[in-house]
Parts: sequence; structure tokens; C-alpha cells
Amino acid sequence: MKYVNQFLIILGFSFVGELIHAALPLPVPASVYGLVLLFVCLQAGIVKLNQVEQAADFFLQIMPVLFISASVSLMNIISDILGSLAAIVIITAVSTFVVMGVTGKTAQFMIERKERKERKEARKHGLQ
Amino acid sequence: MDFNEMLGDSLFFGFFLSLFCYWLATKIAKRFPYTILNPLLLSAIFVAAILLVFHIDYETYDLGAQYLSYLLTPATICLAVPMYRQIRILRTHLAAILCSMFAGCVACALVILSMSWLFHLDPEIYHALQPKSITTAIAMGVAEEAGADSTITVAAVIMTGLLGAMGAKGFCRFLKITHPVAVGLACGNAAHAIGTSKALEFGEVEGAMSSLAIVTAGIMTVILVPLFA
Repeated sequence: MKYVNQFLIILGFSFVGELIHAALPLPVPASVYGLVLLFVCLQAGIVKLNQVEQAADFFLQIMPVLFISASVSLMNIISDILGSLAAIVIITAVSTFVVMGVTGKTAQFMIERKERKERKEARKHGLQ
Repeated sequence: MDFNEMLGDSLFFGFFLSLFCYWLATKIAKRFPYTILNPLLLSAIFVAAILLVFHIDYETYDLGAQYLSYLLTPATICLAVPMYRQIRILRTHLAAILCSMFAGCVACALVILSMSWLFHLDPEIYHALQPKSITTAIAMGVAEEAGADSTITVAAVIMTGLLGAMGAKGFCRFLKITHPVAVGLACGNAAHAIGTSKALEFGEVEGAMSSLAIVTAGIMTVILVPLFA
């Protein structure tokens, strides 16, 4: 029964996400509305963590499997873009790792700076 | 023998084949732990190879496999759970999160713009590539909004995800990106949900930050793309 309730809640959020997606003219998928809504509800205490946790962990674990069909569909698309395939692949590869590097490095730098500052202050307070 | 006809009514062929290939791929990835042997990439190649060898149409396969894709919406929604479990870290590092996400999104737009110009790409393909680092559904919406061919967008989004997930570990180590928050944001911002499924393997904090990055990157890209039109 526990799992039925948990799936019910998650599917409920999926459905509400779809309704919002249908109602608002934005290029935002139902899943992102649902994600934000579930986060807000958890935060507000409307949904308790133990009411969704096990089912959510199940979905997160099987996530890679859910992308297989989409990845296989590349097989169909490839002949349509053959002309500019090389350019598309190069741009995709370079930009992916530029984003990864810039995002990761910026975050790493800011977090380290903050932690150094906090350690310094902690030491200062320790001396006084 | 025509497999298309034989399997035309089978709802579980595609479902079974996907899971079977994934099971096989995880076995291989465990036995030979190289980055290139990413389970998702391997299983997609296995499925594609089986379809090609037996002359089975993608449509026949998708008859069953589409049910797996349906589960993507609830699975994406579940990313709220690790985000909520890591709320304390999210609050502590809010400034770093927002700045690095913004820097990443702008860098992405600039790289795609300059490289498209370098390769003399059609404006249509340029517009299709712009939203490639965000989750498929938002990316398709953005591309269609810009009047581009969303098939190219889908192809680029999936390629991005596969490349990002495959390279994440080595690339982050190479650049000395070690903090779990930084690694998670890098995965999510560069490679959306596929990167996040990889980040979840690294750890709970990485997964939570990567989930957060999907949402943030989606919103930032929706705003930025028209500026780089």
C-alpha cells in the first residue's frame, strides 16, 4: 500500500504539471512544472518526505534506462542531418565541455574562496 | 521472415529489448570500467545494432519502448526529492550556484555562436543548436520558438547528454573540479538529465545540484536564447 500511495502522489504531480503546461503558453515541459511544484510542496510541508521518498528513489535509479529509446532514435535522425553532421558533432562536443568547465570552475572557485574566508574568520575568533 | 510483421503487435518487445540491453551494458561496464563504456551509450548501440541486423523498424521497437519514455516525466519530477534533501547545501552555496550557472549558460551561447560562424552554418541549424544543453522538452520548445528544426535539436541534446555523462568524471578530475556542489552543477548545466543520472552515481549532493542545474539552466536559456538570435 505504501508504494501505491507514493506513486499516486508522484503521478498526481505529473498530471498537475501537464495541466499547467497546457494552460500556460511557455516552452516549459510538464516535468519541470511538476519538479518545481513538488519541491515547493516538500518545502512547505504539504508533502512529507517519507510520503514520496521510496518511489522517488526507485524512479531516480531507473532513470538512465528511460533515455534508451530517445538515444536509439538518433539512428533515424542521422540521415537527415548528414550534410552538417561533422559541424554539429564538433560544436556539440566542444560546447558541452566548455559549459562543464566554466560552470564547475566558477562554482569551485567561489566555494573555495568562501570556505577560506570562513576558516580565516574562525581562526580570528579563536584568537580573541 | 519479416520481423516487423511478427513483432508489429508486441507491446513488450521494445520494453524487454531496452531492459535486456541495459542489463547487458551494465554487466560489461562493471567488468571493463572505462568511461567510453557508458551503460546508456552501450545499450543504445546494442538496441540499434539488433534493429539493423534483423531489419526491424524503429517504430516497431518504439511500440513498447515508448512506455519507458512516458516514465521520464514522473522521474524528472522525482529530482525534487534529492534537491529537498540537500536544501541546506543549496542555501549555503546559493551565490556560487547562481553565478556559475549564469557563467556556464553565457559561455555556452558564445561558443555556439562563434563556432557556428566559423563553420558557416545555416542560421536554422544554429538556432537548433542553441538550446542543446538543456532538457529535451524545453530545448524543443525554444528551438521551435526560434523557427528551427527541432529534430536537430533533439539529436544535439541527446549527443550532449551522452558526451557529458561519458566525459564528466575524467574532465572534472582533469580540471580539478572536486567539490561535490561544483561537480553536480557542471554535470547538470552541461548535460541536463542524462548528466544528472550520471551525477547521481557520484553521490547524493552531486545529484541534487545537477537536478537544480537542469531547472536553472532551462530558465536561463529560455531568457538568453532570444538575446543571441
